Amino acid sequence: MNFFEHVGKYSRLMAGVFTKPQRWGVLWKQYLKEIEKQGLQSILLTIIISIFIGSAITMQMVLNTENPMLPKYVTGLTTRETLLLEFSSTILCLILAGKVGSNIASEIGTMRITEQIDALKIMGVNAENYLILPKILGFVTIIPVLVIFSMFFGLLGGYIIALTGVLSPSQYVMGIQYAFNPYYVTYSVIKSLFFAFIISSVSSYYGYYAYGGALEVGKASTNAVVNSSIIILLFNVILTDLLLV
Amino acid sequence: MIEVKNVTKSFGDLTVLHDISAVFESGKTNLIIGQSGSGKTVLMKSVIGIHQVDEGQILYDGRDLAKMTKKEVGILRREVGMLFQGSALFDSMTVEQNVRFPLEMFSDKSKQEWDDRVAFCLNRVGLSHAAKLYPAEISGGMQKRAAIARAIVLQPKYLFCDEPNSGLDPKTSLTIDQLIHEITAEFDITTIVNTHDMNSVMEIGDKVIFIHKGYKGWEGDKDSIFESGNQDLEDLVFASNLYKKVKKYHNLK
Ligand SMILES: Nc1ncnc2c1ncn2[C@@H]1O[C@H](COP(=O)(O)OP(=O)(O)OP(=O)(O)O)[C@@H](O)[C@H]1O
Ligand SMILES: [Mg+2]
Repeated sequence: MNFFEHVGKYSRLMAGVFTKPQRWGVLWKQYLKEIEKQGLQSILLTIIISIFIGSAITMQMVLNTENPMLPKYVTGLTTRETLLLEFSSTILCLILAGKVGSNIASEIGTMRITEQIDALKIMGVNAENYLILPKILGFVTIIPVLVIFSMFFGLLGGYIIALTGVLSPSQYVMGIQYAFNPYYVTYSVIKSLFFAFIISSVSSYYGYYAYGGALEVGKASTNAVVNSSIIILLFNVILTDLLLV
Repeated sequence: MIEVKNVTKSFGDLTVLHDISAVFESGKTNLIIGQSGSGKTVLMKSVIGIHQVDEGQILYDGRDLAKMTKKEVGILRREVGMLFQGSALFDSMTVEQNVRFPLEMFSDKSKQEWDDRVAFCLNRVGLSHAAKLYPAEISGGMQKRAAIARAIVLQPKYLFCDEPNSGLDPKTSLTIDQLIHEITAEFDITTIVNTHDMNSVMEIGDKVIFIHKGYKGWEGDKDSIFESGNQDLEDLVFASNLYKKVKKYHNLK
């Protein structure tokens, strides 16, 4: 299938997803489940990687800002900018594309090949809407929380490094507060909303059109992760151009 | 009652169903039998409306499937239950939640009535003790029974079963067959079963339609099947060595 066929098929799928749910109560129940499954179960991962990356960035910034001409607080400041602008939205979402994206694609793909989706359709359920809408809504709702968590724990990781004596903790704290632009947080959150939509919808697409056996579900899940990552990177450039430059 | 009138169905150049007519009666288990690749599944899917037929009519109690509006098809869906070859239970839900799902989606009755209905259906298929288990935690035969409970929870008028015995041992197959047969008579359902299992034919074949290479080869009931005089049907019926031996044994006597 070529690129345009994919886009057409994806658009048709999304048209089916964004219709009025047959039962609002059922949607609500599914929505809460998805928040739990994709969001809450990603918090620990988010915290761990953010602390580690925050620490590593801080150490690198210490080296990069060793110049005596630069004030000491620059280390904290640059760490903060890196985390806020790029890591806690784009890189975090790339990592989550691996976790959440493969999870969504394999779940829906398995339902496809075991005829569960046919079963839904024969009952008269709008399968696209019932299965995919709560996943998209759930992940888009929870992603800002994950992004904020990531920012906080990334900065905390830097502070922990400062406590080990690589740089002065007070200088670090001063640096991460210096010339703070709240819009950077907004920018990151806006980007992450797009990324969450990309991850959940693209992965659903690959799962929904899986065909064949278990092997195909694996392929669908790989395709979901690879392609949502590429689309995220593409949108990162576009959104940065629109929102920041 | 479902009537199929002069149905023809092709995929591209390949004509899979040729001018098939049949009547599937209510309260009876109607079997579609035939060799692998003869067109049983395509016929069933055409009747359900998953495939659109090229020619002919499908009538659900006189209502022409092709002339129904989208809304009417939606209502018809609620009158249809289907048992899939692989059960197709939702594996993120327990047995009980699976059976309850169609009610949650479509029923306007109270929660209490849902509970009662779910309990009734689970009891009817003998799975009350497994209500809280997940599909992965129960055997293939139990999964089939759970799927039957889910298929009948909305009190369907029409029940479709595509090879309900595939992957089951002969004894479990028999229980599933009998369950389908009893439920059909009990609730006056029009049931259509695809099978190539001769044990099923003998057990529950109230009415049998034989499809051969896309044509209707024969129609009758399980008792007249041995006197069909149709060579293709005999080849299918006596395909197994066991039957051949039984036949020989009877001829000797
Ligand atoms: N979607 C489709 N597109 C093209 N050809 C199809 C399609 N579905 C079925 N066929 C063809 O129609 C013929 C009948 O297939 P069908 O699945 O109805 O057989 P069957 O009698 O159900 O066999 P089995 O007992 O193995 O399930 C086969 O030749 C098959 O290749
Ligand atoms: Mg078949």
